[in-house]
Amino acid sequence: MASTAEIIAACQTRFEDIDFKDARAWKAAQPGRKVVGFLPVYVPLEMIHAAGCLPLGIFGGGDQMEVIHGDAYYQSYICRIPRSTIELGVTNRLDFVDGMIFPFVCDVIRNLSGMWKLMFPNVWSKFFDTPQNFDPEIGGVYYQAELQELRQGLETLTGRAITDDDLRRSIALYNENRDLVRAVYALRAREPWKAATSDVYLLMRVGLTMPVEEHNQLLRDYMAAAAAEDRPKRDNVRIAIFGSFCEQPPLNLIKSIEMAGCYVVEDDYSLVNRFITEAIPTDGDPIAALSLAYLRKSVETSCKYVPKEEDKGVFHVERVRAVAAEGVIYATPSFCDPALLDRPMICARLSEAKIPYIAFKYAENSGQMQPIREQAGTFADSIKLWS
Amino acid sequence: MSEAVKEPSMLLQKDMIAKNYDAITSKHETGHKVSSTFVPGNLNELLMCFDILNNLPEINAIQNGMRKLSGGYIMEAEKSGHSEDVCTYVKADIGMMGRGNIAPNGKPFPDPDVLLLSYTGCYTFMKWFELLRAEYKCPTLMLHVPYEGDGHSTKNMRDYVVKQLKEVIIPGLEQVSGVKFDIDRLREYLANSAKAEDDLVWCLDQGKRKPSPIDSYFGGVYYIGPIFTAFRGRQDAIDYYKALRLEIQARIDAGQGPMTPEGKSLDDQKYRLVVEGPPNWTSFREFWKMFYDEGAVVVASSYTKVGGMYDLGFRHDPNNPLESLADYCLGCYTNRNLPTRVDILTKYVEEYEADGILINSIKSCNSFSAGQLMIMKEVEKRTGKPGAFIETDLVDPRYFSAANVKNRLESYFQMIEQKRQGAHRAA
Ligand code: SF4
Ligand code: SF4
Repeated sequence: MASTAEIIAACQTRFEDIDFKDARAWKAAQPGRKVVGFLPVYVPLEMIHAAGCLPLGIFGGGDQMEVIHGDAYYQSYICRIPRSTIELGVTNRLDFVDGMIFPFVCDVIRNLSGMWKLMFPNVWSKFFDTPQNFDPEIGGVYYQAELQELRQGLETLTGRAITDDDLRRSIALYNENRDLVRAVYALRAREPWKAATSDVYLLMRVGLTMPVEEHNQLLRDYMAAAAAEDRPKRDNVRIAIFGSFCEQPPLNLIKSIEMAGCYVVEDDYSLVNRFITEAIPTDGDPIAALSLAYLRKSVETSCKYVPKEEDKGVFHVERVRAVAAEGVIYATPSFCDPALLDRPMICARLSEAKIPYIAFKYAENSGQMQPIREQAGTFADSIKLWS
Repeated sequence: MSEAVKEPSMLLQKDMIAKNYDAITSKHETGHKVSSTFVPGNLNELLMCFDILNNLPEINAIQNGMRKLSGGYIMEAEKSGHSEDVCTYVKADIGMMGRGNIAPNGKPFPDPDVLLLSYTGCYTFMKWFELLRAEYKCPTLMLHVPYEGDGHSTKNMRDYVVKQLKEVIIPGLEQVSGVKFDIDRLREYLANSAKAEDDLVWCLDQGKRKPSPIDSYFGGVYYIGPIFTAFRGRQDAIDYYKALRLEIQARIDAGQGPMTPEGKSLDDQKYRLVVEGPPNWTSFREFWKMFYDEGAVVVASSYTKVGGMYDLGFRHDPNNPLESLADYCLGCYTNRNLPTRVDILTKYVEEYEADGILINSIKSCNSFSAGQLMIMKEVEKRTGKPGAFIETDLVDPRYFSAANVKNRLESYFQMIEQKRQGAHRAA
């Protein structure tokens, strides 16, 4: 059995490969295979899978890539992820990607969808607008038709029909994936010394670039290895991270928070595979099931409207309570409208619930970890002191 | 600077807007209900069916920007935890609340009875009203208008918007106002809208003339005032656009250009520009002066289309009232995808025979700004005309650097000159 260290080392190699060699190899293994990229925060991956395509999570270029061309497309006051995504595109690192889905999260990714159409006219690209009305009869009806449109788009791309049974099979696989993902997070919340956040992060990030079947096995292997290992428990405080659902912090930043004395027991890093919170039914109409899952069983995050004032931020407080976190770090990409506009509201709810928090901003290419480590360390100390 | 000289239509509009503020601030005396809602995709005709007054937070922010109050309000909001990175309209609004919520007429704004979240073309709207809702605790009605990601609206999008109007917005407004919805009243207002829209289109179209009798950006923001705010659907908007039309016709007859704030008409027009992006409001006059001092006139702009693309043919339609409201919301400028924006701006450069496109990129507005550098390159490529890029902010005076903007503009005008000389030599 591979150790967690071996598993994570393999994940890290894959994570650092901004040429996506493994995804290219998957495509090359059989003629006619297609790869469909998607951006944060939520796309029904079941649909891409049911089309026989590989869903490829694209979270910008991280801190390994030097952005040269991308900066010419964006003003200094726009976040990093669109420019490094463009960089990936113009440097041909995505030349094997046959389709791109840009889900609704904010106006930056929305506008990037149009830029992609202009820059890469031969790639099928789709802006995927999820409803902000959560009534199944209104938003649900609209969303089902949007899902059908997505289905047709993928069918045209691949030249093969996606049957309801294909979809049900994919939903079942992704249900399994969600179960395993939740189990890993539960393990971390229970015994955070056994599953470091940087490990969990890498497991999840690379999971969004490989076939779900493979990811399911990877998660099983990791949990088995973690159970068999003994790692020392430290006197760390338990914290939750919110605000990091789109542009991702550099891995070093994720590690720095842990090194500063924090066990991260909840986070919204690359949220995709935790966006839907429960299993999706595999009987009945799969489109209706996907729609209902989005409407009724999805997380509260900044790309969704919260219809009732009293519900705003309740999700965050509940998550903090559920994992017994002692404080929150609201960590957002610089210039991120969704996270930053939400910040005062979420933080107000945390205050009401007497949950301590700090907030800071990062960029995917942030290099200076010292200030973050100091801030997180001071926060951890203050929690220890006052709790 | 001396007091700005205004065209008669500008004075008329000032008067209309002042009256609307008076109506809003006297709601407790008159018993009218007040809504807050946004400019793009605003449902003024529908609000009128319920006798609800229309207060637009963007317009308040603009007013505060022009009256040099927004800077203080923004700092106030930032002190209370709002990020320096987000839209300054939101912070100007929230900061104004923190300082007593005083309307331009000097009286306090009453709390809104309803937040009508017409969610068209800008992500920030959604959070802005979540933030206001937390303060006012009043009913909030969300109308989600899907984005035209593939460059056009679909039947599904339209049906979705109509259904929300029928099942969420109209019942919600009935409840807030106590007034029963009467679709014939809506038809009547929509017919009024269409009349005013016809005249507005005529006015904006005159930018094609040489010399242009209008400035479609600095003057244009006045021209769109009534139709983008609380007046579309009302007789006074029809009257306003008739008066504006006569005023422009008189300038055409006299061979004159638009009037500058210094009271002179800009007849000697050296440069004809298309401008993309909202203006800066805190130094509006200084900004405008940089153009007319150089003989530059704006012949078409995208900002004058944020509240509806009437020039592309859309009219509110009394025969299809709810569908036409849906089409209106779907078709606002910032709800159109980037390739469509490029097409529209290219068409403007060509049809208005402009010398090129100037982009005023707004620091805090991702809806407009994300992708504008690419828009510029594409329009340049398609038209063969040079583009230029300046950066300012809407209402945050910290981000208006007069010297930088002026330098950029001067080099742009030189570039246009060189291009012309090159063309001469080649001919
Ligand atoms: S980081 Fe924030 S602003 Fe940037 S694309 Fe993502 S959600 Fe939008
Ligand atoms: S982000 Fe732009 S479009 Fe949205 S409210 Fe602010 S200025 Fe208006």
